[in-house]
Amino acid sequence: MRRHLLSAADLDLADATLILDTAELIDTALAGREVKKLPTLRGRTVVNLFFEDSTRTRISFELAAKRLSADVINFAAKGSSVSKGESLKDTALTLEAMGADAIVCRHSASGAPHRLAEWVQGSVINAGDGTHEHPTQALLDAYTIRRRLGRLDGVRVAIVGDVLHSRVARSNVVLLDTLGAHVTLVAPPTLLPVGVESWPAEISYDLDAVLPKAEVVMMLRVQQERMNASYFPSVREYSRRYGLDARRMAAMSDEAIVMHPGPMNRGMEIAAEVADSVRSTIVEQVSNGLSVRMAVLYLLLGGASTSEAGVA
Amino acid sequence: MRAAQKAVQTAAASGRTILDSPAIARVIDRIAHEIIERAGDEHLGELTLLGIPTRGGPLASRLAQRIGLFVDRSADPIPVGSVDITLYRDDLRSRGVRPLSPTCIPDGGIEGRHVVLVDDVLYSGRTVRAALDALREVGRPRVVQLAVLVDRGHRELPIRADYVGKNVPTSAREQVRVSLVETDGIDEVVVR
Repeated sequence: MRRHLLSAADLDLADATLILDTAELIDTALAGREVKKLPTLRGRTVVNLFFEDSTRTRISFELAAKRLSADVINFAAKGSSVSKGESLKDTALTLEAMGADAIVCRHSASGAPHRLAEWVQGSVINAGDGTHEHPTQALLDAYTIRRRLGRLDGVRVAIVGDVLHSRVARSNVVLLDTLGAHVTLVAPPTLLPVGVESWPAEISYDLDAVLPKAEVVMMLRVQQERMNASYFPSVREYSRRYGLDARRMAAMSDEAIVMHPGPMNRGMEIAAEVADSVRSTIVEQVSNGLSVRMAVLYLLLGGASTSEAGVA
Repeated sequence: MRAAQKAVQTAAASGRTILDSPAIARVIDRIAHEIIERAGDEHLGELTLLGIPTRGGPLASRLAQRIGLFVDRSADPIPVGSVDITLYRDDLRSRGVRPLSPTCIPDGGIEGRHVVLVDDVLYSGRTVRAALDALREVGRPRVVQLAVLVDRGHRELPIRADYVGKNVPTSAREQVRVSLVETDGIDEVVVR
């Protein structure tokens, strides 16, 4: 494993498999236990550096670090010196001077964690940067698919909706391709990014044609907060063509599952009855996210750090 | 001259075998009998064997199988599991990140059970300490005992084994290598 987790594209098949296997072993080690705490990362400090709003990712990272007994500092840009104009670099150097072993970074600018990684000694984990990548989300999605279907190689995955603004889609396409799955992106042409033809995925504009063959249907949130132009005529129109409702779900094969990274726009890209159905893995994804993030933290911080290895 | 030197080196590299396959089988049978004797009739039904990966796992399975044979419990086999101690080690920072091994606690857990931890080599005692920490999180056994195939000395903690296959005085420079059919294709214990 490298020192940082910045991009799903940095992970080869061996790395990705190691993370998923480690998550599974942590899961079995904690299964059925009342006290779900491990002493593994005692004395390590993990900083959650969030420049953008987040509920599940920040809480998930915080809980993952705490379950491994690391000390956790939550840093939200609001209410910090960032609002006084402190730069990303100065913020990072300050946190490092306080002894952060890992920085979990979310930022609205694509590439911010990469810059951060050049400045600090510790590990940097990308928890979502702009419309670029969200590698731990892709890892937990892959983990969820593997647990539900028992495999990843050859699995047919449809990723549906706002691909343009979705870092989840980008990370998933790359990681699922590395793991041997076949990805089809389904979206209106206006919500596909420039250069999508070069991604390792097929592209379709017709959800009804893709659904019967898919084993996994991953619905993306329509990111209205990032939309400063009209990408589709109306919510109803979008929902009619690209929303997953009970009628469409009936066209899916029996074992197929429905995923959503959250937060959901119920009634827009996914109907409430679909989100709450037995096919839905949405709640599982959240608990799997915890295991996967524990695995990532263990693999990045569980051994000798580079400076310690230099001494030994 | 050179050939003689080479022969010496080869002998050193292959080491000396302190337990061969029949000896390992005899040792396991003896420990199985000892466990039965110490548990006594009243606690035999509470027995749970937990191997410490990697080679404690197969050893625990073999012990459970032999105990089952000796006390005729074919209908009700002894529960066997494994407990990985990697996440509980106190020396994680001493080298690169270590891969994890499976933990498998048998159905029924370890609450109130007569648990026998099984490992291949007892050395510093730190692995056993970590295993005790791991067990504490899983439940509260009535008794925890320790069975090892080889005790090579050099303890760094106040820990001893209840059942020892063979005591092997070693120097810290020597290596004790345990091979088992299940993991290595051959049963033998070699010191080099």
